[in-house]
Amino acid sequence: MIKESFSLRGVEFKNRVLVASGTFGYGDEVKDLVDVNKLGGICTKSLSWKPRDGNPPHRIVETTGGMLNSIGLANIGVHAFIEQKLPYLRSLDTTIIVNIAASSIQEYCDVLSLLEKYDAVDGYEINVSCPNVKEGGLNFGTNCSMTREITSRLRALTNKPLLMKLTPNVTHISEFAKAVEDAGADAISVINTLIGMAVDIHARKPRLSTVTGGLSGPAIKPIALAKVYEVAQAVKIPIIGIGGIMTAEDAVEFLLVGASAVQVGTANFIDPSTGVKVAEGLRSFAENEGLSDVGQLVRALQSDVKFSILQSWL
Amino acid sequence: MIQISPFVTDCRQILEGIFVLSFRSAEIARNAAPGQFVNIRCGDGCLPLLRRPFSISRIEDDSIELLFSVVGKGTSLLSQKRPGEPLDVLGPLGMPFKIHGPYETAILVGGGLGAAPFPFLTDVLLRENKKVLTVVGARSVKQLTVRHLLNVQLATDDGSQGFRGTVIDLLKTIVPNDGSNSTKIFGCGPTKMLSALSEFARVRGMECELSLEGDMACGMGLCQGCPVERSDGKKKYSLVCVEGPTFNSKDIILR
Repeated sequence: MIKESFSLRGVEFKNRVLVASGTFGYGDEVKDLVDVNKLGGICTKSLSWKPRDGNPPHRIVETTGGMLNSIGLANIGVHAFIEQKLPYLRSLDTTIIVNIAASSIQEYCDVLSLLEKYDAVDGYEINVSCPNVKEGGLNFGTNCSMTREITSRLRALTNKPLLMKLTPNVTHISEFAKAVEDAGADAISVINTLIGMAVDIHARKPRLSTVTGGLSGPAIKPIALAKVYEVAQAVKIPIIGIGGIMTAEDAVEFLLVGASAVQVGTANFIDPSTGVKVAEGLRSFAENEGLSDVGQLVRALQSDVKFSILQSWL
Repeated sequence: MIQISPFVTDCRQILEGIFVLSFRSAEIARNAAPGQFVNIRCGDGCLPLLRRPFSISRIEDDSIELLFSVVGKGTSLLSQKRPGEPLDVLGPLGMPFKIHGPYETAILVGGGLGAAPFPFLTDVLLRENKKVLTVVGARSVKQLTVRHLLNVQLATDDGSQGFRGTVIDLLKTIVPNDGSNSTKIFGCGPTKMLSALSEFARVRGMECELSLEGDMACGMGLCQGCPVERSDGKKKYSLVCVEGPTFNSKDIILR
């Protein structure tokens, strides 16, 4: 039997494929379609202290090989989550990572402190990288000292795994990765969406109500791979690779360049069982490679080019 | 909601750029209700990436029929499907029209391909012993399809067939000003038309249910991408995919 699992701060994930925040709701929407217990973990929709309505329509536009979204962190708020969603998530045999978004450091701390009371929450992923809200979001994620402070403040509040989800919309993502590693994060989720835009040429108007939005899907995979690779050279803590993963082969690429696990995002909108299929495909690939542990693919990239030379290009 | 891979049984053009596609699914046929939709992956690569939603136009035994016009890459690919080719279908999705009620006559109001869900709706209304009157509008006769519709009155913007003017103008000549408790309106079409229809029903105090289109990535409530503004203040938005696509016209604000 090949080993598929991995752990973060003592919490075990049954395999290395999770579903990304904002692409799998609160886990109960597609329970009829997907055997969610075969996932390595579920990252919930971002939660804030109070419910958020989100942005006005239009929130979605498809682009070449990808999509732009401007949801604006629409969510039911942490209290309704605990009451309505957590009991179902608790019944699942998979690891539950609650994603938190906030517009102040205090709000991050309040949400996490409240969730600390519940055993069903296995860990946290902190969204400091949403491009679609006015307050918080990218203001935090593009400010390195702010990102560091949020990490250390939250680290002090929990002994559960703390994942920091970073934005690619900065010059050197590796600087932010180092900052959160120093501040005590257990893992780094790389990457959130890239800022993008689409235009209706007949109306001469932006296609999204907020003008710009977050680009995701296969279109961003090469960028995401480069960002994971960059971060992998800078930190020792595990990296969760995210960005346009549709197949097991995509996931293998992420593991090779430095990710310890991956999250499937946009693909869930097309086929909510993509995560399960990627996990099964990843195991088959590793078996065919004659490996005893899927983890042997992590950071296994063979490259003669020294990263120091690459650095001048990044 | 199920995810299935049925084979196309038929796909043909009935008017320029307008197609009818059928496939068989006993499970969808058994579980679907008028106003619900299916979400179809039109290609197998990344162009287009997302599924495309289609309202269920008609069900005969276990055959599901979709009526659509070619508007982009997805619908273009779908229009080229041949009998025997596999489809990737998710459905049935969304909340159906509310058929039950004390009303005697249902007026179905469609704008262009907005009439797509009406054949299925008509069948079920007749089973419920409702009278059905259908009013369909289009820019010109080239976009008018009345397949499997009952008691149809037509309106075209250019007067190429039927009443010259909008479907709402035509409706005003049919429905008395004081409205009627014994009548319920079901509307489907472009947002501008639905907005005018909603106002028409409000002024006359008539029951009116609308089926909306929304840009959606998933159709299952995962992406939160298809909000419509609510008028009741309970919350700001509803999602077209899971709380709709059918709404009581009083509950939503169309912009």
